[in-house]
Amino acid sequence: MEASLSQEPKTRSAAIYDWADDRLGLTEIAEIAKHKTVPDHRHSFWYYWGGISLFFFIVQVFTGILLLVYYRAGADAYESVRQITYDIKFGWLVRSAHSWSANLMVFAVFVHMFSVLFMKAYRKPREFGWWSGLALLGLTMVFGFSGYLLPMDDLAYFATKVGLEIPSSIPLVGDVVTNIVRGGQEVTEVTIQRFFALHVVILPLLYVPFLAFHLYMVQKHGNALPPSEEAKPESERRLIRFFPDFFAKDMGMWLIALNVLAIFASMFPWQLGPQADPIAPAPAGIHPEWYFMSQFQILKVFGNWLPGAAGEFFGIGIFTAGLAVLVFFPFIDPSSQKGQRARMGTYIALALLLGLILTTIWGYWEV
Amino acid sequence: MLNENIVKNIIESEKPDEKDILSRRDFLGFSAAAIGAVYVGAIGYPVYQYLSTPAQRSAEAASVTQTTLDGVANLPKNSAMMFKFGAKPAMLIHHPDDSWSAYNAVCTHLGCTVNYQPDLNRIFCACHGGVYDPVSGANVAGPPPKPLTKFNVEVKDGSVIVSRA
Repeated sequence: MEASLSQEPKTRSAAIYDWADDRLGLTEIAEIAKHKTVPDHRHSFWYYWGGISLFFFIVQVFTGILLLVYYRAGADAYESVRQITYDIKFGWLVRSAHSWSANLMVFAVFVHMFSVLFMKAYRKPREFGWWSGLALLGLTMVFGFSGYLLPMDDLAYFATKVGLEIPSSIPLVGDVVTNIVRGGQEVTEVTIQRFFALHVVILPLLYVPFLAFHLYMVQKHGNALPPSEEAKPESERRLIRFFPDFFAKDMGMWLIALNVLAIFASMFPWQLGPQADPIAPAPAGIHPEWYFMSQFQILKVFGNWLPGAAGEFFGIGIFTAGLAVLVFFPFIDPSSQKGQRARMGTYIALALLLGLILTTIWGYWEV
Repeated sequence: MLNENIVKNIIESEKPDEKDILSRRDFLGFSAAAIGAVYVGAIGYPVYQYLSTPAQRSAEAASVTQTTLDGVANLPKNSAMMFKFGAKPAMLIHHPDDSWSAYNAVCTHLGCTVNYQPDLNRIFCACHGGVYDPVSGANVAGPPPKPLTKFNVEVKDGSVIVSRA
């Protein structure tokens, strides 16, 4: 401090910066940001999708906190959502933004995952980034599933009722675990209270550390190069500075994401159906959210092909196998480890993507 | 005026030699700030309205000037009943001499709800021991700085009509 005092007088803001810098190491962080680069090539567009997912997550936190101001879990849940939607000023918009952003987030996460698969960004040394990403994908889907029940309208009720049949058909432990999660054998206000605790406390508590780890991995290893770029000599590869160049583009993407969300949320307000009636028959065409449609359809198809428990067993077996393929992807694709173009990995990723899309379309076709 | 200036400045900023004009950089900065302000407003306004809805509702309720208490004219003498006047608790007292008083039941000290004690002939605030006169509402003992706000009372057809004085 003595030395700096003896120098020529600084502006006040510079003095405040120096004070904070001595204690927080701001200049070191700025140096990292200054030297951080991002590869620039014809597949660079896909680098933005993790950031877009993050943007929608931030929107979820923000709108979720706003909804917490009026939402009441338990027996009063439907009435409180009705108030938010029809009574509280702009409540319809906050709820609509939360629902739309949830769907857009799931979509962005899927795009991010498949872009990582096709660019082979799961390879050494990025396996942990891949696995933490899969965990975040799983948590995102549980977020979606648990949030869907909270308004307790008829669609929410039946989607949850049907959705919980999936874990309950897991051999041996399925029923016990599902009854604990559901808080009984039927979906009731007890279930709402549990899903609410899951949705606003337990899942965020799990999600945030995984997200922090995921971002740390990205920072540590940088953006992965696709094999087509790796094949080029270093001199032919282009880089752009992270700050301000990539950051500015990233923020531009966030702005586009915000505008898309604003259009969907305001032009197509999320609807609230009639209150769930536990003894009423399920309305026709009941189906889960689109991101569970593939699993739903696979279960349905196998249930029709194979009688009884065998159908469920094979249905669940299929998407458990799909999940296992994703988890072990860094190992089942050895040729790409050496930096060669790995056809096998691409074909498996393509098969997964097509299977997901086709079973989803098939599911909607039959609804 | 402002628009003309901006347009002029855009045109002039093409000429690098000119001084004292808005540069292209400044113009872009200004535009970005303006657009940013529009976004902040477009998000901030609904959020403000959303969060302040109950406050607005209770302000509307508080602006009530009169309330009718049906069928309470038979309230026994020397007793009181609590009711809601607008958003706030209020107290109706039927005195032993058949006269009536109504007060805003919020203590003028720190906002507790006061209580009528007929045996001690006083209105008492349990929080800090404030005492008011039940007939006039005057603050007679303890910390309250002001008398209770008194309402007009009119007995009509078995109902009691309370209105702002």
